[in-house]
Amino acid sequence: MQEKRQLITIKGTRDGFSLFIDDSCTFDTALKELKEKIAAARPNKEDPMVAVTVKTGDRYLDEVQKTQLKEIISEENRFTIQAIESDVIRKADALQWKEESEIKAVNRTIRSGQVLEVTGDLLLIGDINPGGKVVSTGNIYIMGNLYGIAHAGSGMDQNAFIAASFMKPSQLRIADYISRAPDYESSGVYMECALIDKNEDKIIIDRLKRLSHKRDHLSSFERRMKNG
Amino acid sequence: MGEAIVVTSGKGGVGKTTTTGNIGTALALMEKKVCLIDTDIGLRNLDVVMGLENRIIYDIVDVIKGSCKLKQALIKDKRFDYLALLPAAQTSDKTALTPEGMKKIIAELKQEYDYIIIDCPAGIEQGFQNAIAGADRAIVVTTPEKSSVRDADRIVGLLEQEEMDPPNLVINRIRSHMMKSGEMLDIDEIVQVLSIDLIGIVVDDEAVIKASNDGEPVALKSNSKASVAYRNIARRILGENVPLQSLEDEKGVLQRLKKFIGMRT
Ligand SMILES: Nc1ncnc2c1ncn2[C@@H]1O[C@H](COP(=O)(O)OP(=O)(O)OP(=O)(O)O)[C@@H](O)[C@H]1O
Ligand SMILES: [Mg+2]
Repeated sequence: MQEKRQLITIKGTRDGFSLFIDDSCTFDTALKELKEKIAAARPNKEDPMVAVTVKTGDRYLDEVQKTQLKEIISEENRFTIQAIESDVIRKADALQWKEESEIKAVNRTIRSGQVLEVTGDLLLIGDINPGGKVVSTGNIYIMGNLYGIAHAGSGMDQNAFIAASFMKPSQLRIADYISRAPDYESSGVYMECALIDKNEDKIIIDRLKRLSHKRDHLSSFERRMKNG
Repeated sequence: MGEAIVVTSGKGGVGKTTTTGNIGTALALMEKKVCLIDTDIGLRNLDVVMGLENRIIYDIVDVIKGSCKLKQALIKDKRFDYLALLPAAQTSDKTALTPEGMKKIIAELKQEYDYIIIDCPAGIEQGFQNAIAGADRAIVVTTPEKSSVRDADRIVGLLEQEEMDPPNLVINRIRSHMMKSGEMLDIDEIVQVLSIDLIGIVVDDEAVIKASNDGEPVALKSNSKASVAYRNIARRILGENVPLQSLEDEKGVLQRLKKFIGMRT
């Protein structure tokens, strides 16, 4: 008789527990073994809660399967799922991901009354005139003058930033933060970037050089690889 | 085959009608065949500025509706054989004028005239769409005021969506002492924001107002600064390379203007 292979394994790592689900058997078989394993552990109410990262290898889980997993690795069994990580993603998700992390280069002037919206990072070669507006889900890089409105991280990405050769904006927006120009005439700044300062809980403007200290993952793509 | 040029601005009262009348007159002075079209239905002015209001019998809406022939509606200028005006309607239905109607009229006028200069109403509504419909190129008029430049920028954005050569810029009603003191936007700033080629600057000149009241476009008078400015714009339309002169007392500005002219050729 063939020796029974372990379909479910748990390992302690630096970042907590990882629960590996073998990716060569059927999902039902894996679920069955998972149930047995957890039942065998016979957790009770007094035990501390264990957070696990589920790793599914080359298996893609749909929403139904994820729900099934969550039912078993549940609080009443003194487990919580921190994240479900798979080495594979669907083509549609990959394309969307690519779309969201690409840099879109645009070469034109955004004039009064015009709005330019992009998914991903925006590289604008040209000016944003007073009354003009650009919106991106990622970062905004402007090789030109920003006089109008720039909105970075429009999909609620608070790590997004706005960098410009020159900026004297009427408004800056990052995720759901807004800052507007002072009512008095100000002079504008060269080679600076705007980003959210978590401590001050507002948008601040700093020299471009300082960006490397504050954002270790410049592109949206790097951020996604790291944070999912 | 003639060329149709629309004079537009977005903001009202910045000098579209004055510019249209004077550029047309200046081109006529240079022996070009010119037809002016007033598309500001309900608020026509061009006939007054040209001193031709008493001669109006038919107007552009009559032509569109077929109540008269195009030739019958054209008013011949008092001073030039080949300067004509197609006046706007003062009372009739605004919606009669359409982009298609304009295109037809302009195509017909191009057979006979070298330049068709179209006076556009303020705003970006239907009247604007009609005025630009048959035009080959546009002249955008602005004054050195923030709101006027903002509207000009909006207009340039809309014109860029049309199949048209990039527009040219006229900065009107410049008061050099205010520019010097920084109370007015300076020419550099305006050209930089709008990033289109400057074709003329016109100072704020009392002679313009007097001339308009007399029904004699200022371009006919040789002695005023505005007159020279309008005639220079006409020469540049004809392709001549004329340095902008109006602010001669300001050396710095003159240098910068030369730079802009250099960029055009
Ligand atoms: N360079 C100038 N110097 C002095 N006055 C001027 C100058 N240009 C225009 N004006 C005056 O400004 C007023 C408005 O000019 P005009 O009627 O040409 O503007 P417009 O843009 O056609 O206005 P609207 O939008 O109402 O059609 C007029 O009284 C005119 O005489
Ligand atoms: Mg007018």
